[in-house]
Amino acid sequence: MVNKHMKYGTCVNLAGVELKNPVMTASGTFGSGAEYSEFYDLSALGAVVTKGVANVPWPGNPTPRIAETASGMLNAIGLQNPGIDVFIERDIPFLRQFDTRIVVNVCGRTISDYCEVVERLSDQPVDLLEINVSCPNVKEGGIAFGQKPEALEEVTRQVKKHAKQPVIMKLSPNVTSIGEMARAAEAGGADVLSLINTLTGMKIDIHKRAFALANRTGGLSGPAIKPVAVRMVYEAAQAVSLPIIGMGGIQNGEDALEFILAGATAVSVGTANFANPCSAKEVAEGIRAYMEQYQVEKIQDLIGAVGSVY
Amino acid sequence: MKYKETAVIKEQRELATGIYSMWLQAERIAGEAVPGQFLSVYSRDESRMLPRPISICEINREQGALRLVYRIAGKGTLEFSQYGPGDSLELVGPLGNGFPLDKGYGKVFLIGGGIGIPPMVELAAQLPGEKQIVAGYRNHELFLKEELERNGSVYIATEDGSAGTRGNVLDAIRKNGLKAEAIFACGPTPMLRALKAYAAEHGMDCYLSLEERMACGVGACLGCVCRSMDVDSHTYVKNKRICKDGPVFAAEDIEL
Repeated sequence: MVNKHMKYGTCVNLAGVELKNPVMTASGTFGSGAEYSEFYDLSALGAVVTKGVANVPWPGNPTPRIAETASGMLNAIGLQNPGIDVFIERDIPFLRQFDTRIVVNVCGRTISDYCEVVERLSDQPVDLLEINVSCPNVKEGGIAFGQKPEALEEVTRQVKKHAKQPVIMKLSPNVTSIGEMARAAEAGGADVLSLINTLTGMKIDIHKRAFALANRTGGLSGPAIKPVAVRMVYEAAQAVSLPIIGMGGIQNGEDALEFILAGATAVSVGTANFANPCSAKEVAEGIRAYMEQYQVEKIQDLIGAVGSVY
Repeated sequence: MKYKETAVIKEQRELATGIYSMWLQAERIAGEAVPGQFLSVYSRDESRMLPRPISICEINREQGALRLVYRIAGKGTLEFSQYGPGDSLELVGPLGNGFPLDKGYGKVFLIGGGIGIPPMVELAAQLPGEKQIVAGYRNHELFLKEELERNGSVYIATEDGSAGTRGNVLDAIRKNGLKAEAIFACGPTPMLRALKAYAAEHGMDCYLSLEERMACGVGACLGCVCRSMDVDSHTYVKNKRICKDGPVFAAEDIEL
């Protein structure tokens, strides 16, 4: 049988970790993969990025945590997670069953929380760590580290001291200059950047005259944010030389290719998983179809290739 | 097993003001669905990304068909109501746990309030024992009453008093002097809260079907949790997922 990803050269490299194709899942939309493995073989994906895990269990925010918006949604889950002990015992062995890379998203309230989780993962069979310094739905940690360049650089530096695996810093779009934040993460020693996390938003139920979310504000995701995300990936790619994982509203191969052409080495599928449980797999198929259509031998030739004429 | 299935609409009609009934051809889902489970129904309009969770009203396994009875609650369900025979919809299901059918009760209450009535139709068909079905409606538009009467004795409550007992489902139970060993219910949260208290007061077992805003519908996003007495199987923080651990819970296990 012809191995399709070899034939079309869909392999990409993130800080020395080779992915069979550039499609990953966006943290928080895919659990640790178990729920979606009922719909397709997760080996179809380049990597699974888990929901954020902290040093101890977090109960998350009150409900309602979800509100639909035009071509998108708001969420304020608040990083509910079982903590690193359960995660290591249950979720990592589960993901090891599949031929896909494992990326663990790490959340914390303080720098030492992040470092503790990163250290616990140091002897675990995970490929990459993604540091969540951009969640808009928790009071401490999360975005507090992701909106000031100095704070981002410092948390990156500290995490890097404890990390055995390459470190992805996940950036917030809720900043004045994404290029400046990208440079701060690079200065702190980040190996890879991922962006964008959600945009802070609000929805009001006019009939009840109440906030749609118990947390009042939430993170906006979905196709509504895609043009913002593509622009930010482009700006970050111009600002730094690190590989970038692009995300924000990707629903199909065409969407993914916009991010790759803007400068992303890999892409993550998030909210689209809710609109179609098979969407991440279908994005990978869509990228292959495009490569076939345009006779692209290696996907690397497309990374950042916007504006190049051929 | 959960399936993603393109289902063809066989029949669609309005049962009462804003309440629609739709029969769908969906062999794989119909082959495994049980009473109290629900489906994710997807809009064809891409600006509405999230599925609408809709409970299963009837299951016809021989014909591979499912019946959904739903209320127009917004633009998504309005869109569904405009489709007719031959049109198709994307579904994922069957989702959630369903009502327990094997408890061996002799005499039970099946209680539905408003758009919580539809799941009682299939439950009445499959649950053993003597079924007293109490249905709470807004007014005289008694949708699904005939279907309910096939499998139990039906008692009606209406808010405006235009049929049955004026008031709510508990008013109908009291007025008719009804007794049972257990409650199976679906409906608005204030009704479920009252039934939980009633069951506790009378030492009855009580199973409630809950609803909440959902995103994934399959247990991944943690959007639709409720506070529980026991630790949940996902996070171990007493936050059960309504879409996966529920939607049916023993009343004493959840906070309402």
